[in-house]
Amino acid sequence: MDLFEYQGKQYFARFDISVPTGDIARTVDEVVTLANSIGYPVVIKAQVQVGGRGKAGGIKIANNAEEARFHAGNILGMSIKGHVVHMVWVERASDIAEEYYVSFTLDRSAKQYLGMLSARGGIDIEQVAEQDPGAIQIIHINPVDGLTADTARAWVAAAGLNPIAVDQTVALVQKLYRAFTDGDADLVEINPMILSKDGRVYALDAKVSLDDSAAGRHPEWDAFGVVTVAAGDEREKLAKEKGLQYIGLDGSVGIIANGAGLAMSTLDTVKQVGGSAANFLDIGGGANAEVVTNALTVINTDPNVKVILINIFGGITRGDEVARGIVEGIKNVQLRAPLVIRIDGTNAVEGRAILKQHESDQVISEETMLSAARRAVAIAEGK
Amino acid sequence: MAIFVDQNTKVVVQGLTGSQGRFYGLRNRAYGTQVVAGTNPKKAGTDVEGIPVYASVADAVSEAGANTTFIIVPSAFAADAIMEAAEGGVGFIVCVTEHIPMHDQARVYNLLQRDFPNTRLLGPNCAGIISPGKCNIGFNPPEVAKEGSIGIVSRSGTLAYQSTYELTRKGLGQSSVVGIGGDPVPGTSFIDCLQAFEADPETKGVIMIGEIGGTQEEEAADYIKANMTKPVVAYIAGVTAPAGRKMGHAGAIVTGNKGTAAGKMKALEAAGAVVAQNPTQLGDLMEQALKG
Repeated sequence: MDLFEYQGKQYFARFDISVPTGDIARTVDEVVTLANSIGYPVVIKAQVQVGGRGKAGGIKIANNAEEARFHAGNILGMSIKGHVVHMVWVERASDIAEEYYVSFTLDRSAKQYLGMLSARGGIDIEQVAEQDPGAIQIIHINPVDGLTADTARAWVAAAGLNPIAVDQTVALVQKLYRAFTDGDADLVEINPMILSKDGRVYALDAKVSLDDSAAGRHPEWDAFGVVTVAAGDEREKLAKEKGLQYIGLDGSVGIIANGAGLAMSTLDTVKQVGGSAANFLDIGGGANAEVVTNALTVINTDPNVKVILINIFGGITRGDEVARGIVEGIKNVQLRAPLVIRIDGTNAVEGRAILKQHESDQVISEETMLSAARRAVAIAEGK
Repeated sequence: MAIFVDQNTKVVVQGLTGSQGRFYGLRNRAYGTQVVAGTNPKKAGTDVEGIPVYASVADAVSEAGANTTFIIVPSAFAADAIMEAAEGGVGFIVCVTEHIPMHDQARVYNLLQRDFPNTRLLGPNCAGIISPGKCNIGFNPPEVAKEGSIGIVSRSGTLAYQSTYELTRKGLGQSSVVGIGGDPVPGTSFIDCLQAFEADPETKGVIMIGEIGGTQEEEAADYIKANMTKPVVAYIAGVTAPAGRKMGHAGAIVTGNKGTAAGKMKALEAAGAVVAQNPTQLGDLMEQALKG
């Protein structure tokens, strides 16, 4: 789960990482009231989960109430790379002396944590990495050992920051490391982390991606989730409510498969035989009648869908369970498009026998993945 | 021969007394796998259809001779279960549990590296492993497998079953089918499996099934180029995956040009592997590759 900047700042504050005083606002009047109470100058920042906000005019400084009203009016409702701005974060403007970059993530090749620190923050760090890799201090941290104070100090010392910033940065990176590990984040990134003209080091931005698998031990994350869902498309919203792994696309072949790998492969195969997928939908392991019914319900809301391809290979998911689910689904959902079904693997014979009793021009069985994809694409194209 | 598990593998099931553990433990035993024990501290002394339940993995090792474990417990308990297994003395740990937090995975992997360097972890969030005719641990549907000489290694479980099926339809049996899982910190990598298949005299060729995200396939390509004498037929899922979206597997994340299906396919082709465009082609391509 990717957090908005304001959520990231709230998250950082829990780990005692300094962020500018600020709050969220949803209307122009709210922005002005908030800015008046914070004191000018303020920065008004669009809350969207996409880069390039500044260039798009989504970040503005206001020196008085009139300017705050003007900028808030422009920013609220604007679209940045297709993301509509529903909220802004308003904070006291900072007097910036220097801009740095710091982050922690997992290095999947090394199977250890990767810390990156640079004296050249504030701009696209990938550009810095490309043009001047020496400007980024990289550190690998063994999760068993953690980030010790000595290691943190040596790492910061090597990054060539302003000497005034060093002690505070050593403390900040250790807090950020805890926000990464204890907080169960996949990624924590501050760009820029600034040294202010009055000599303070703090986070001016916050990029945090939380590990969904750890949600069970973080009930406090529930507050973040509500906002994130509202950002997606309608089909995805419904799918999320029903607990399905669904991604909406714009083709005409609805896809239901079990396992992320098989679902991706089904999309690829549909494309290869000349069709296009309307969605990615992984019903995962242990899918039962309820899950299949939910999956069909979600796909049924998509007006582009002309045919639904169900591709099941039984391992965790048993073929007879899926077949019963399909039979239930047909009863429960008024399907707008025919089904092409391919079932193999565990209990596939039983599954096919169940489907056999319900076969028609609306419920079609195919033997291989390739032939099922061909059949589905032919139907989608009206052949 | 086969890799990692064979007819001498004696399995303890951590989670045997749960509904999923019972279903798959018994199913694996019905295939002929030596399932010699289960664990549950509260149910020690009981049995599941004749399989004795012990309090710990250590007991299952000393009392029942277990040398391998099958972990099928809820994610909140899985990291501890892996460490219990290593400390209990099994040499091979198969963990199918999904949704283990990334930081738990990273810690466990590095703890094993440091304290139990000879213990192999397969998974987590993997389908398990089958050496047809000898041993099946995990979710692999044995109905589609056939004893033979092709090794399969796959991140995705369903694509492993799918490719097993495509080979069997062509009359090509398998030495071992290994699901390494799609999680961020897999205990066993593509390279580990390629190395084991290369060393296994029974294995004549290898099917490798990757997917978008990460750099494991690219690393495997380097390994294939430098070390593999046996033919490798590869397939990569996710050609049509939209950039920047997660498609279920924690690992299947595409950012920029790194980790794309096209990039992986190119790297594998350049390394001398045959690259299939869809799973249905795998059987034919392997048949041709063996004729070489």
